[in-house]
Amino acid sequence: MTGVSRRGLFAALGSGAVAGGLVAAGVATADRSGASAAASSGSGSARVVPFHGEHQAGVATDVQANLHFAAFDVTATSRDELVSLLQDWTAAAVALTAGREVGDGGASGGAPLAPPSDTGEAVDLHANRLTLTVGAGPSLFDDRFGLAAARPAALVDIPAFPADALVPERSDGDLCVQACADDPQVAVHAIRTLTRLAAGRAAVRWAQLGYGRAATVDPSAPTPRNLFGFKDGTANPAASDTATLDAQVWVQQGDDDAAGGAGAWMAGGSYLVARRIRMHIETWDRTSLQEQEQVIGRTKAAGAPLGHAGEHDAFDPRSLPASSHVRLAHPETNGGAQMLRRGYNFTDGTDGLGHLDAGLFFLAYQRDPRTAFIPVQTALARQDALSEYLEHTGSGVWAVFPGVPDGGYLGQQLLST
Amino acid sequence: MLSRARLLLLPLAPLAVLPLASCGALVDAPSSSAAATDGASGGGADAAVAVNATDSACEVAETDLPGGVTTFSITNAGSQVTEVYVYDGDRIVTEKENIGPGTSYDLTVDLTEGQYQVACKPGMVGDGIRQTVAVTGGSSELTAAEQTAVDAYRAYVQQQADATVPLVQQLRDAVAAGDRTTAQSLYAPSRVGWESVEPVAESFGDLDPRMDVREADLEAGQQFTGWHRLEKALWTGEDLAAVVPVADQLLLDVQELSQRVPNAAITPTSIGNGAKELLDEVATGKITGEEEAFSHTDLVDFKGNVDGAQEAFAVLTPVVQQNDPQLVTELTAQFAAVQAALAPYADASTPGGYASYDTVTEDQRRELARVVDALSEPLSQLGAAAAGQV
Repeated sequence: MTGVSRRGLFAALGSGAVAGGLVAAGVATADRSGASAAASSGSGSARVVPFHGEHQAGVATDVQANLHFAAFDVTATSRDELVSLLQDWTAAAVALTAGREVGDGGASGGAPLAPPSDTGEAVDLHANRLTLTVGAGPSLFDDRFGLAAARPAALVDIPAFPADALVPERSDGDLCVQACADDPQVAVHAIRTLTRLAAGRAAVRWAQLGYGRAATVDPSAPTPRNLFGFKDGTANPAASDTATLDAQVWVQQGDDDAAGGAGAWMAGGSYLVARRIRMHIETWDRTSLQEQEQVIGRTKAAGAPLGHAGEHDAFDPRSLPASSHVRLAHPETNGGAQMLRRGYNFTDGTDGLGHLDAGLFFLAYQRDPRTAFIPVQTALARQDALSEYLEHTGSGVWAVFPGVPDGGYLGQQLLST
Repeated sequence: MLSRARLLLLPLAPLAVLPLASCGALVDAPSSSAAATDGASGGGADAAVAVNATDSACEVAETDLPGGVTTFSITNAGSQVTEVYVYDGDRIVTEKENIGPGTSYDLTVDLTEGQYQVACKPGMVGDGIRQTVAVTGGSSELTAAEQTAVDAYRAYVQQQADATVPLVQQLRDAVAAGDRTTAQSLYAPSRVGWESVEPVAESFGDLDPRMDVREADLEAGQQFTGWHRLEKALWTGEDLAAVVPVADQLLLDVQELSQRVPNAAITPTSIGNGAKELLDEVATGKITGEEEAFSHTDLVDFKGNVDGAQEAFAVLTPVVQQNDPQLVTELTAQFAAVQAALAPYADASTPGGYASYDTVTEDQRRELARVVDALSEPLSQLGAAAAGQV
């Protein structure tokens, strides 16, 4: 990386003096307060979620209204190029999440004979609580970048489950970027910008738009409903419950020691499993209310566990129907494993047969997929009565990088080792 | 290390006011961009030139302009949607359509010395209400390196146009003889020269719609002529006698193209922008297989587009090397990557030298799209770099 461009880049984005690949020392001592999940400044559309901190934003952040998720294939051929990509993405993410235009001239202040550095569609839309959350998939840990030995033991390939209908063009990817914002155009602008910056180093493999947050990490907010019309994510950990987040979501120091420490760099990160779950909306809609509630295990109106009155009433999952979704997915049924779910509804037009191509884009963050998503999904795929109405069409798992300290870059903990 | 962070690196104002050589190069700037005038240099107009377009008048505030980057600030004070063109003789220098009543638009253009006409077309029909504008200065300031680049590129365009004439003659003769097999084998090779210099050819506004229109792009009432009309006839079993007049006209058109090259407006910036436009052609027409819907010879066109863009880059390299050496390094690498990606499809047994595009799988098309994107992003900076706006 030439010094000139690096200096120019960071100076342009106002992120302070950074050159080359230093700053690693600052990682472990980053100020935790900066990562405080729900913290945001400003008001209304101007609200800003801080980019820097111990953890990446966009995990234990109050779920924004809209999603643009993209998985990338890295086309760079050297580790230096991969580092430069993540550095450029970091600089852009700092500007974007602050609601600023990217590049020196922004959308309209640059040289008139050159294309604008910012594409412009988010001008005047403010930050809208934009978060950009980046992770590395198993395929990044091969011999292209010398990362094979740094693959965490917890970053396992997701096994095939019964009735999976995965489409390769909607699955996996060397890198993922989750862009969430309260305005859909802000999220789309962010992915568009990162894609443009990546030209020659990474290319979009697949992407998914989502709306209507299908989960919340704010217990005081009403639990959102999925496209089956049921409340989804009632038992999600709260952003303020740091004990549960540390136990269930964030990778802790020493987690990977047993496996030789390959993933020690992941402390402060999390593992993301994404599943594009097509819902057979039309057949569901022809199902009786009683049947729907038996399948889910909760009432449709209040979201109360069957046999109870309130959504948040304590209940014994064994009291619910054996094949009900809530019983099978309940932590008590799964050795206490819990995930932070952050999914979004999606509707991608129709399937060509007059049926909605719609469903849930399931996003779940966890400390270790081997004890969380994989056993839960194994049980669900075998027994869940809801499976009759579902089709998993896309899948991916990523090691979501630990947070970025001031002056650092995304993935630095991995790439500076 | 190549930096792909180029779009973040543009300085706020032009670094240095180099003697601005570019002329005739176009920028369609969004309204009220302060940068439109920041970019003026080399003796160009400093302030915007107001154009008051009404239903019956086209008032240009100043009709004697210095050469260089000029911004026409158009206000549509009429009751109809209008459009504004700048003509150099019959050549369209730049245009803006669909300016609604009561709205404004800034049209930035790099003008060389000469006579131009600004035409307002209320209702977007007809020849418009025209106002002559005289531009002095600005064109004689090419540096030696810039002049060399322009001369070299014009010679290249001339050579490509001249080489196309006998190939189209052979194609025409085969069509006239009803020899379908021979005509099919001559079709793709006859287009290579055109594909390599298409932006220059397109600057003669009337030739492109006659010679290279695709059936899907025809407007109501527009005749389907040119290469793609012949392509359809050749590959769908039509009686070739019916398209002999089309072949005759195509031959006249390529001869005309060849004769008009000496008058083409070519500047360092237009060469750079033309290279970018050639890659745009690849991205929107060839990668998708839309260009050659019947013959599937898209990869032959693809190669022509890339070679033409690479030639444009080659002639500009001495100029850009001074302004932006990093861009030269990056483009050199990315052109090589695209050529390497095309190479496996070379097939000497086909008339155009490349595999039929209907044999290229979706995965392969995606790989081609990725290398084209990787080249196109930095290539979009070449026009500005050639003008010293780096």
